[in-house]
Amino acid sequence: MEFAELIKTPRVDGVVLHRPFMPTVEGTLCLTGHHLILSSRQDNTEELWLLHANIDSIEKRFVGSLGTIIVKCKDLRVIQLDIPGMEECLNIASSIEALSTLDSVSLMYPFFYRPLFEVIEDGWQLFVPEEAFKDLESMVLFYPWNETTLFGLPKEDEEDNIALWSAESAFTVDEAVMMRAAQPLTGTNGRRCKEDEKLINATLCAGKRGYIIDTRTIAVAQQAKTRGGGFEQEANYPQWRRIHKAIERSNVLQDSLIKLVEACNDQSHSMDRWLSKLEASNWQSKVKEILTTACLAAQCIDREGASVLVHGTEGTDSTLQVTSLAQIILDPACRTIRGFEVLIEREWLQAGHPFQQRCAQSAYSNGKPRSEAPVFLLFLDCVWQILRQFPCSFQFNENLLIMFFEHAYASQFGTFLGNCVAERVKLQLSQKTVSLWSWVNRPQELERFLNPLYEPNNLVIWPSVAPQSLLLWEGVFLRWNRSTKCLDEACQEMVHIIEYNKELQNKVNSLRRQLAQLETEDSPLQTP
Amino acid sequence: MEHIRTPKVEQVKLLDRFSNKSVTGTLHLTATHLIFVESNSTSILHHHIASVEKLSLKTNGCPLLIQCRNFRLVHFVIPRERDCHDIYSSLLRLLRPVSYDELYAFSYNPKQNDQQREEGWQLIDLAAEFERMGVPCDQWQLTDVNREYKVCKTYPRDLYVPIMASKPIIVGSSKFRSKGRFPVLTYFYQEKKAAVCRCSQPLSGFSARCLEDEHMLQAISKANHNSRYIYVMDTRPKLNALANRAAGKGYENEDNYSNIRFQFVGIENIHVMRGSLQKLLEVVGTRSLSMTDYLVGLENSGWLRHIKAIMDAAIFLAKTVTVEGASVLVHCSDGWDRTAQVCALGSLLMDPYYRTIKGFMVLIEKDWISFGHKFADRCDQLDPDPKEVSPIFTQFLECVWQLTEQFPQAFEFSEWFLIQIHEHVHSCQFGNFLGNSQRQREDLQLKERTYSLWAHLLSEKQNYLNPVYSPSFAESHPVLEPSTQAYHFKFWRNMYHQYDRSMHPRQSILKHVLTLKDSNRELEGTVQALKTKLQKFSVSTSPLNRKEVQQEEDEEVFGEEAMEDAPAITGGERTVEGSSATENGYGELMGSFGSKNEPGAVTLEFGVARMTC
Repeated sequence: MEFAELIKTPRVDGVVLHRPFMPTVEGTLCLTGHHLILSSRQDNTEELWLLHANIDSIEKRFVGSLGTIIVKCKDLRVIQLDIPGMEECLNIASSIEALSTLDSVSLMYPFFYRPLFEVIEDGWQLFVPEEAFKDLESMVLFYPWNETTLFGLPKEDEEDNIALWSAESAFTVDEAVMMRAAQPLTGTNGRRCKEDEKLINATLCAGKRGYIIDTRTIAVAQQAKTRGGGFEQEANYPQWRRIHKAIERSNVLQDSLIKLVEACNDQSHSMDRWLSKLEASNWQSKVKEILTTACLAAQCIDREGASVLVHGTEGTDSTLQVTSLAQIILDPACRTIRGFEVLIEREWLQAGHPFQQRCAQSAYSNGKPRSEAPVFLLFLDCVWQILRQFPCSFQFNENLLIMFFEHAYASQFGTFLGNCVAERVKLQLSQKTVSLWSWVNRPQELERFLNPLYEPNNLVIWPSVAPQSLLLWEGVFLRWNRSTKCLDEACQEMVHIIEYNKELQNKVNSLRRQLAQLETEDSPLQTP
Repeated sequence: MEHIRTPKVEQVKLLDRFSNKSVTGTLHLTATHLIFVESNSTSILHHHIASVEKLSLKTNGCPLLIQCRNFRLVHFVIPRERDCHDIYSSLLRLLRPVSYDELYAFSYNPKQNDQQREEGWQLIDLAAEFERMGVPCDQWQLTDVNREYKVCKTYPRDLYVPIMASKPIIVGSSKFRSKGRFPVLTYFYQEKKAAVCRCSQPLSGFSARCLEDEHMLQAISKANHNSRYIYVMDTRPKLNALANRAAGKGYENEDNYSNIRFQFVGIENIHVMRGSLQKLLEVVGTRSLSMTDYLVGLENSGWLRHIKAIMDAAIFLAKTVTVEGASVLVHCSDGWDRTAQVCALGSLLMDPYYRTIKGFMVLIEKDWISFGHKFADRCDQLDPDPKEVSPIFTQFLECVWQLTEQFPQAFEFSEWFLIQIHEHVHSCQFGNFLGNSQRQREDLQLKERTYSLWAHLLSEKQNYLNPVYSPSFAESHPVLEPSTQAYHFKFWRNMYHQYDRSMHPRQSILKHVLTLKDSNRELEGTVQALKTKLQKFSVSTSPLNRKEVQQEEDEEVFGEEAMEDAPAITGGERTVEGSSATENGYGELMGSFGSKNEPGAVTLEFGVARMTC
């Protein structure tokens, strides 16, 4: 086994673990192919199991012969290990470094993980594209298309990445659709593509209108022409209006995340410093931009009854943020756990968001970023903002969003491996790994993710995008920096009130029934 | 009434502050209120109006901008300029009452008889409060030195001082303190016999000293056997205190006082605070505010920095008293602004009683009202000096709110209680906050002529309850130890945007859980009633039947039809408001296609958030 070569020291005794807001633990540190394990060998203390894949970066420090390794994780946690012996410390450090930066996907933990639970519902079979697009079939009947044109388009876009989502008739007067794509390859000399024009124009019946939402500013879109990209000329798409919105490209996001997390970990208690660092990270601005654009897309569909085509450059980052958020706003189904899973599967996994590339490193990466970017995390943050504003409209709670964040970056499941469907097929993920959905959808797990306040509603939910209404997602960014004991207890009390209410109602009902029964049984007795 | 030139104007437009929406209705001007009536009506108390501005005439009419002290901003467009001018000049006169008699409190009549009114005023009893703390005791006594307000006009009549502080010491000390505000007890931490005392700055100048004042501090120190030291917290920045020396005031010289530990805290003065709030309101009042401008503006206003400074000081106070067991003397310049903030907030951290609804009223009555926080001046009640106005009390309320965010189970009340108190500090509807000192309040005969806010608030207590409040939390956390990390301090949206409905969550967890809790109480009653009924039945029927009943009761049937005969929990009130797309202004949809209008159903219910969330 090649992992053995990478593990220079498999075991060290007398290691002390420091974690914020938790008592220190002394115990034995073990390295396995995929985990860093610290066990105190006492029954009552918790063991630490950390996936190597979750380690973003490490730092070493020495005071005499006592070495210290600071482990910074992709889920933003920072822990400290005090290791006696300089050699052991160096060995452990270099082993962790090697094991946490394995190049080959097939060496990742999901390929070795065997579930300790019985897979009742295989997540790999759960969301087949036909099912996810079942709304579309009516559209296919409606419009002169067939499915082959949908998935294998004769289109000169960078990727033939067009998909449809039909707005449910429940909230559209007219049939309006939302589509996504990559930028058209018009180039500097304004190339045209008859098929593309035909396809896009074909979505609209005569007299109908549509909006093309370009997630780039007009200047950026202009620049793209020099690299062969560009945007739709309105003359060639007469029923469409183009709107430009400024969502920054994914490469800027990584820097933003690094700065935000740095600000959150700053131990100085200065108010001005915190606010200026928060502002400088630009993260909250991005949340606002994306939510605003998603709301605009939703507004076009719901208020204008118009169809919408969303694209940026490749159509695999900002485009997906916009289309998926718009659906959460418009479609109550996306606010259920199952519906949200379907949304992630359809709008992110099948739409080809390059998870592997984007989530290779998180906020503590030191190296020059390649294609890492917290696009998905930013999307989850936006969902959290809507959830905060409509706390009774979602079947799931914040924990589900945090769980998706964790698993996108490091997981025992194969769901987020690979960069697109083709890669995943090639890796044979469905045969060789367990799907995240197989685990999440077990009733025991689902319980953790249920929102006790949920009351289904069929309304469109328009969030406020005023900066005063958007908050820092503390559940992720301050998760390890504060004690949540008081907040958790308050939350439990709330759940208790809700459950007690149900209990009382059941009791009242059962008592009423008994009474009714007694009354009917009684009546013959009383009439002699 | 003679000031009202035009009592009613029709076809007035009310514009939304942050979107392009408007509603048309009729504007009425009464002696006490400005009322706008459309499908639902909005009324604004004249006392709440901070400023009225007439903007230049536009094609659709004359705009009138009204800024309120409860942070509401109303923008009317009145079709005819003459009407606008009439309203404008009437308001100008009405919102500047020249005598106390003109204040709303003297005409407000909640249809109570004299006895009810008196009972309202008797709700809060400060003597009882000091008794609760364990005072008088072997070290602290009530002094009658200020019975006639002769020693200090701005203090209450009843004051508590160390046993060792004789009258000459008190009088001598008072002469050495600004406005005669000599050191007196405000909170007694019984567990460690440590005292929180308050006063104003000493008139020390560059070298003056006063033996009586030194004895006074020594007496406070000696009253506490737990600690050799007495801490003196000067809540001002050092520079301000130094500057005061030139005017013959200043701070305690450590060489002259035995065993004191002197400390500056650095809370800014009323003028800085006024400017800070102004900046904050300017920023958050901007239309289509960007995130960057918001965060930069929040930082530049310094508002949260000031809030944190007050909190830091209160935490220092609470720690010194509860952990070290030392007594602390708190002062600033006159000892009625920063001192009130720090003493009140510090006591709230130390004593769970002040975190209950009644206890919070007592706390305000003690540290703010009785010790002479100048509500009339600070809150601009009567023909004001703009330099005296400052949001000192608002800051205190905000600090409490920041604490409720960190300790959601520690407070019996929700933020709506704080917001409602803030509302009435400015409304001049009740007598409690009128005037600048107890003495003035007595002269005005407030208890005979006006009603008490506390009785009013207690009568609608259920609106202000915190549904997750846990009395047992107080037992496990008698002293609150909040984190002072900067990220714990947040912008208080429900206070500063109380009336800007589009900014708030469309579904309120608080309201939802409160409703459930009410319903739980009701259901418990129903269960009891049904059980009694069943029991009666069982007695009258055969023992066989009774058994059956018992069995079924244990089973707890979960049925589909269960919902049908259950009493409505939500009372049909809590609807998901169809939040509006256009209200939020996500972006202009390039005119040419012509946007559909927002359906008329979404109306602006001003102030609805205040009471119902």
